[in-house]
Amino acid sequence: MNNQSTDRFESPDFYVLDGLLTEEHKLIRQSIRDFVKKEISPNIEEWAQKAHFPYEIVKKFGEVGAFGPTIPQEYGGGGLDYISYGIIMQEIERGDSGMRSTASVQGSLVMYPIYAFGNEAQRKKYLPKLASGEWLGSFGLTEPDHGSNPSGMTTNFKDKGDHYLLNGAKMWISNSPKCDVAVVWAKDETGRIHGLIVERGMEGFTTPETHGKWSLRASTTGELVFDNVKVPKENLLEGKSGLGAPMKCLDSARFGIAWGAIGAAMDCYDSARRYSLERIQFGKPIASFQLTQKKLSEMLTEITKSQLLNYRLAQLMEEGKATTPQISMAKRNAVEMALNIAREARQIHGGMGITGDYPMMRHMANLESVVTYEGTHDIHLLILGKEITGIAAFE
Amino acid sequence: MKILVCITHVPDTTAKISFTDDNTKFNSDGVQYIIGPYDDYALARAVELKEASGGTVTVLNVGTSETEPTIRKALAIGADDAIRIDAEPTDSYFVAEQIANHAKDAGYDLIMMGRESIDFNGGMVHGMVGELLGLPAISPVMKLDIEGQTAKLAREIEGGKEYLELDLPFIAGCQEPIAEWKIPNMRGIMSARSKKLEVLAPSDASEAVKLQQYELPPAKGDVKMIDADNVGELVKLLKNEAKVI
Repeated sequence: MNNQSTDRFESPDFYVLDGLLTEEHKLIRQSIRDFVKKEISPNIEEWAQKAHFPYEIVKKFGEVGAFGPTIPQEYGGGGLDYISYGIIMQEIERGDSGMRSTASVQGSLVMYPIYAFGNEAQRKKYLPKLASGEWLGSFGLTEPDHGSNPSGMTTNFKDKGDHYLLNGAKMWISNSPKCDVAVVWAKDETGRIHGLIVERGMEGFTTPETHGKWSLRASTTGELVFDNVKVPKENLLEGKSGLGAPMKCLDSARFGIAWGAIGAAMDCYDSARRYSLERIQFGKPIASFQLTQKKLSEMLTEITKSQLLNYRLAQLMEEGKATTPQISMAKRNAVEMALNIAREARQIHGGMGITGDYPMMRHMANLESVVTYEGTHDIHLLILGKEITGIAAFE
Repeated sequence: MKILVCITHVPDTTAKISFTDDNTKFNSDGVQYIIGPYDDYALARAVELKEASGGTVTVLNVGTSETEPTIRKALAIGADDAIRIDAEPTDSYFVAEQIANHAKDAGYDLIMMGRESIDFNGGMVHGMVGELLGLPAISPVMKLDIEGQTAKLAREIEGGKEYLELDLPFIAGCQEPIAEWKIPNMRGIMSARSKKLEVLAPSDASEAVKLQQYELPPAKGDVKMIDADNVGELVKLLKNEAKVI
């Protein structure tokens, strides 16, 4: 049994953000925190060390309501607001970014486009099963040769009269090896991007797993390969086309990441704070030393700033006013902050921080994916650059 | 089946305890409140019984409006409706009177609660409610199944376990492993919003006990380390200094 098996996490709230939350928000946070302490913390180190994706967590996420919390209840969602969604992502990532990725993809990248761009029949067919965890979903946008430049994608489909014929391949896809359903973005014969719902079992559709990851080891990642897959015409998402459609999904997911990364940062900070008070060197706790206090003070400052930024962003999301550059700023800020805190917190733990007895190395490695996926750190910087100057530096 | 679950609103088990007003009042500053852990087991089992064989679960709390978030959590866990008796729960007898007064004509088949609260740990309310209603009260109930109008239960007794059968209605003071605590899910939290929470005025009842003063346990003293080989010295200190043997 390692030190993480007994989860003693206490969240910092230096600027009394709780004063801005409703009783319901606080109950949601406590419930997801209890869920994480019961279902994730006792096992996460072993899962990560063994690169094991605990498939049974999918059903449990469904039961607790972590999939699609903002989707209306009539489709099996939670009908909750964006602050609640952020809180749920924060608490799950406090446990592990890989676990949060599983939930983010299902909610923001699979359920959201089916809800926002799908027709009523598609919503009724897919959303309740995705919400309950009966089905797992994945989202196919990135390709081997098109990461930061998704509009260059080559995956395509042709209208064959009674069906579409889909060809191409997607890479770095969370949940893919175990997914039942994939929302896939592909070009039609005119080069316009559309979303298609591809189901496991369709001939020519395979999902090879990506092995050897040093990051998000408790979540499963792979490819989506389409070799002359016949996709029924009713599986086209008709509500929106063009690159703006998948980008809208990413806005929602990046918002969740911004909150999630704070969870990882809080876990590292809290572990460092406790360890520094328990670890004795030169006859006193290392928390007595100025350099340790500097690290802890800076961590708390950065967490607090990010909390306030995310809270305001959640309000804007709720009002439908949040812009893509605002979401870019929050995602970029939170992930960088969390990475820095993971490293500093690891230092406070000394050699012990290197082992799986403490969570920092796992969070740190996870965050290397988080800083890369859903818009790299640099691309988000350039989205902001374009917003400021009006000039796109990434085209 | 109609089940009443009585819940307490108590400081979290990790809360730092301090007092104000010359040690006559509990200092609730910064203290997080939870459903009493033993009451939480009772609630979890009540929800399971309802899910298995139908019926309703009503939660009741004797407390001021500050306890409503705790009551909402009970609704989110699966209770159908709630009653708050609007009064400071001053002592066990006062609380038992309030519960009994509400329950006497309400037709509950089963009244469940924790074996004790975790603030004052009196462990008396279930017995008092039983007495006031003229019904059997059993505690600590660690297993509870209902078959028709008969309850089958197990309780821990000195040196063993006792298995009982009795007819409904009765009062059960519960503890683990009667059920596992339930974590409210997001749909439960949303639906708790619209569930009925009725606030009732307290009935006339007097306290049987008046609290005089609180006192914290003395701070831990210094530790004396004794060499593992020197048992004689240890015995001498335990006898003469600690005076425990």
